[in-house]
Amino acid sequence: MDAQLKRGLLDVCVLAAIKNEDSYGYKIIKDLKPYTELSESTLYTILKRLESADYLTVRTAEHEGRLRKYYHITQAGINRLEAFREEWKEVISIYKFVSQEEENE
Amino acid sequence: MNKTEFLGIIKDGISGLPQADIDERLAFYSEMIDDRIEEGLTEEEAVADAGSPEEIIKQIIADYPLNKIVREKMKPSRSLKGWEIVLIVLGFPLWFPLLVAGFAVVLSLYVCVWAVVISLWAVEVSLIACVPGGIAAAVLFFTRGQVLQALAMLGAAIFLAGFSILFIIVCKGVSKGMLRLTKAVLTAFKSKFIGKGTSE
Repeated sequence: MDAQLKRGLLDVCVLAAIKNEDSYGYKIIKDLKPYTELSESTLYTILKRLESADYLTVRTAEHEGRLRKYYHITQAGINRLEAFREEWKEVISIYKFVSQEEENE
Repeated sequence: MNKTEFLGIIKDGISGLPQADIDERLAFYSEMIDDRIEEGLTEEEAVADAGSPEEIIKQIIADYPLNKIVREKMKPSRSLKGWEIVLIVLGFPLWFPLLVAGFAVVLSLYVCVWAVVISLWAVEVSLIACVPGGIAAAVLFFTRGQVLQALAMLGAAIFLAGFSILFIIVCKGVSKGMLRLTKAVLTAFKSKFIGKGTSE
């Protein structure tokens, strides 16, 4: 897959993973596993990027005697997800059109 | 490998980064390993699952912005003494030209690499331009009744059209190779600053 496209997709995947409730690094990786393989280093870079874009905020909380970072989606992040879904409606309809052409051949 | 060893390798590999960045990275990987252990994995398994530390170092370096590295390296680790400042000022005629020369060498290498790519594409463009040119000349000869010359021109145009298509493959290959080369050089250059001899 095109690297630029994949980057954008992974960004929204991570946003979607924290949409319903705050999540932490390992849980995000586990939640995304059925859909896409995400390495820890890649996740780190994505989280940094999303944080500096104000799509999420980070808080540190204690868990079982150690610290864990939790990621919380912002309104801007929710808007980004919504914009993504709008954009991809068109992509999906194009995809359907292209696949249909192939079936008819 | 246990968690301490794993984090130790990463720490050494990125020791050139600002302390805050190192701490944050290490805390991140440490949390990942702890979460795996909590899920029932042994420490060894959890570390193995987190990936190879060498790969992680490589990716950290590749992701780290170059300008941040330079800014970090330019910052003196301690305040300069009076005589050091005097030396730097007096030495200006010496170190400044050297610095400029260093930059010039790097820049010229860069230009050389891309000159190859640009000239290849220039050849490609001129090959393509020959096709309509050849056809136009063929038409001109034909209208003058010089059929043989017209056929020769047409043949040449068709040959160049075919050749230009093949040549695109060469251009693309070389461009991609050069791009990969510059990227590899940049990563190697960055790891010189970030790592502590752990770079390849």
